[in-house]
Amino acid sequence: MTLLSRGVLGLAIGLLLAIPVSAETLTVYTAVEAEDLKRYASAFNEDHPNIKIRWVRDSTGIVTAKLLAEKNNPRADVIWGLAATSLMLLQSEGMLQSYAPKGLGKLDTKFRDSANPPSWTGMDAWIAAVCVNTVEAKRYNLPTPTSWMDLTDPVYKGHLVMPNPNSSGTGFLDVSSWLQMYGERGGWQFMDNLHENIAWYTHSGSKPCKQAARGETPIGISFAFRGAKSKAAGAPLDIILPKEGVGWDMEATAIMKGTKKLAAAQKLVDWSITKKANKLYNQGYAVVAYPGIAKPVKHFPTGILDAMIDNDFEFAAVNRRSILGQWQKRYDAKSEAK
Amino acid sequence: MNSAVSLSMSAAPPAQRIRLSLDDYALRTGLIILIILLAISVVFPLYSLLSKSLEDMDGKFVGLQNFREYFETPALFTSITNSLGVASSVALIVMVIAFVYAYALTRTQMPLRWLFRGIALIPILAPSLLAAISMIYWFGNQGVLKSWLAGASVYGPIGIIIASCFWVFPHALMILVTALSTADARLYEAAEALCTPKWRVFWTVTLPGAKYGILSAGFIVFTLVITDFGVPKVIGGRFNVLATDVYKQVVGQQNFEMGAVVSLVLLLPALLAFIADRWVQRKQVALLSARAIPFQPKSEPLRDGLLFVFCAIVAVILIAMLGMAAYASFVTFWPYNLTLSLKNYNFDVMDGGGWEAYYNSIRMAIYCAIIGSGFIFFGSYLVEKARGITWLRTILHLAAMLPLAVPGLVLGIAYIFFFNHPDNPLGFLYGSMGILVICTIVHFYTVSHLTCLTALKQLDPEFEAVSLSLKTPVWRTFQKVTLPMCLPTLLDVASYLFLNAMTTVSAVVFLYSPETMLASVAVLNMDDAGDIAPAAAMALMIVYTSAIFRVFHALLARKLNRRTQVWRHK
Repeated sequence: MTLLSRGVLGLAIGLLLAIPVSAETLTVYTAVEAEDLKRYASAFNEDHPNIKIRWVRDSTGIVTAKLLAEKNNPRADVIWGLAATSLMLLQSEGMLQSYAPKGLGKLDTKFRDSANPPSWTGMDAWIAAVCVNTVEAKRYNLPTPTSWMDLTDPVYKGHLVMPNPNSSGTGFLDVSSWLQMYGERGGWQFMDNLHENIAWYTHSGSKPCKQAARGETPIGISFAFRGAKSKAAGAPLDIILPKEGVGWDMEATAIMKGTKKLAAAQKLVDWSITKKANKLYNQGYAVVAYPGIAKPVKHFPTGILDAMIDNDFEFAAVNRRSILGQWQKRYDAKSEAK
Repeated sequence: MNSAVSLSMSAAPPAQRIRLSLDDYALRTGLIILIILLAISVVFPLYSLLSKSLEDMDGKFVGLQNFREYFETPALFTSITNSLGVASSVALIVMVIAFVYAYALTRTQMPLRWLFRGIALIPILAPSLLAAISMIYWFGNQGVLKSWLAGASVYGPIGIIIASCFWVFPHALMILVTALSTADARLYEAAEALCTPKWRVFWTVTLPGAKYGILSAGFIVFTLVITDFGVPKVIGGRFNVLATDVYKQVVGQQNFEMGAVVSLVLLLPALLAFIADRWVQRKQVALLSARAIPFQPKSEPLRDGLLFVFCAIVAVILIAMLGMAAYASFVTFWPYNLTLSLKNYNFDVMDGGGWEAYYNSIRMAIYCAIIGSGFIFFGSYLVEKARGITWLRTILHLAAMLPLAVPGLVLGIAYIFFFNHPDNPLGFLYGSMGILVICTIVHFYTVSHLTCLTALKQLDPEFEAVSLSLKTPVWRTFQKVTLPMCLPTLLDVASYLFLNAMTTVSAVVFLYSPETMLASVAVLNMDDAGDIAPAAAMALMIVYTSAIFRVFHALLARKLNRRTQVWRHK
């Protein structure tokens, strides 16, 4: 039995030592799709083998909320791949370290914070789209929607899923684009009507499209990149860009103020705007920050550049809190009463 | 598992005063250390939860402001009625089914009873999420048997109730089997001699005899369902319950203060059920007198046949739940490409932590089994065997009972507040494997504690008295006598902790970090991202592991029994 107790002691000590301590590990918060993270990290490590990345991944809204909640005791060193509107919010809270990465001049000027030095730099644009499962649409006799307004037609009642903007960045860019397109009153009116058709609100922005891909619900409001991926995996999907235009947001990179590993963080941000990195982003995203390298993405809907609305990021970032509060009051509560 | 242990402890004879030996001091020190540890891991976190609920976002004391806000939000308030409704429906349904099933297992000569008993335990091997995932494949919009729901949607109360029934079934069954297997044959003989009709015997003898077991099972099921959030998270659709509200507030919106409020609201019914259950348990103690004759069921072809059909149906449903998830996990792209492949087991390219999460789970389960059973056994040893100082032992016993009243969800949130507080010197534990192990051990402490206590009570206190008079040090008696005799129980406890550590979601979902992702949490996260088939695959990995572990445990137990338990059958 002494052997057993010695083993227990050994395990207990081992347990305490198991807490990792490594100097060159960056804690990177991200909302990038999980399947891409490994690729990003290993490409980065080809050039910087001595900087390890420790990912903390979640939906856009959650990463944002987490960063805000940790404001007084930040745990992240770098944010790589979070909505620009969220970064603008963090910037207004004074949480970002401004830095001009090497090669900044080569980026499309739309894809950077206009301040100098900028507090964030863009990576790619991620664009709303509607995923329609053709097999299920036929089964339920649903006409293919061509506009956002179409989706409020009672024929779609219960066949529609969209992400909850409080947790999902995709959900938020949808809501913010509707408010920009239809104005304050018109936008909420549209969402009131849409709400009648929504089967449920999901936590993540990719889930509506994945559910549409599986035919669990015929139509999912999601983003184009996810739709293209599911289509490539063999799902019978049509990826629709509603004719009024689609909302979009940038994925962007920033350094947290107060990080103890500033040098490593700057190296990562330098790398994140290189041509190589942008080519990586292009594997999923049709529009990237580095001009002239984007190749068309398979299954990606055509005409996406024309469909993207003239997004007012300032509006979205400044009003983020009040929009989300309003949304929750209207629909989180109402989803119960039904 | 639900052994009735009263609080009365073998108190030392009051008159004579024992001179304290070194051993006594050692045991007392042990007692105090364990009490301190339990205070740190249970009492203090609950206190920080309570104080957090009275603060605003900047940490200022605001009294009951948060509670007022909570009860003024209609959506949050309806969750209370939803939760109560779902939990009591499940309790009612499961009680009826589990009672008949348990009756068939214990009071009849129905064939294949051993097989039915084994099948009924299947859900214990899986996280509660598995049932919900399986329900989507059976009754979801692409479900095989969608038409059976007659147009109703499985997303909502229907799905939650059915899936919950599945995973709580074995918990209710085990209690009822225990309650029904102790019966006094003399009562039945008397009834037969008086020509009492069968239904009357059932009504006046069988049911009253099992009534405490029934009540106890009802409370346990109610608590399990109301505090589980895996099932409503996956299949709840737009139907909100308290447990998902907590999750949404804390994880979805990082609104910790409101999360604290909801979890305190959730603590209330759980606490009430706990108190009621304790009260019932206390009543049950002296039900069987020493002169009772064990009841031997007789064969009755018609009754046994009907019950066989009933049990077969239940067993088929249980297997179908597991089987569908297993099948779906191998399907390449449901429902459009039904060829079988291992694509969904390629966890490394999906949300949820990949295979690493699975290995973490095994690691954590092993730590829990070894460290947990050691601590818990030692604690119950001190409660039972330390001499004198009854009040100190009572405190330890009460501290050990407390975790049963605290739902995992509440414990997890309490741990965030306590261990992530900037001033806590134990803060280094936050985000580590250590906190997951501590939290899981504490979460399942009480049942393990009671099991150990029962085993220790069966040992004659004479052993200690003899060793004392022979001047054998206490640790030697412990090592040579107590421990070997209790080894099978220790193994049971270790196995109980291992299985629960593999399947638990509720507490650890708030405490994992990127390095300590767990398989059960990965199931939840993959479903969240819409990857339901990989979620099923990961849940199945947990089932396979638990099943293998169970078999291994059974073999080891048999060997141990042969070596250490001969004294029982002299």
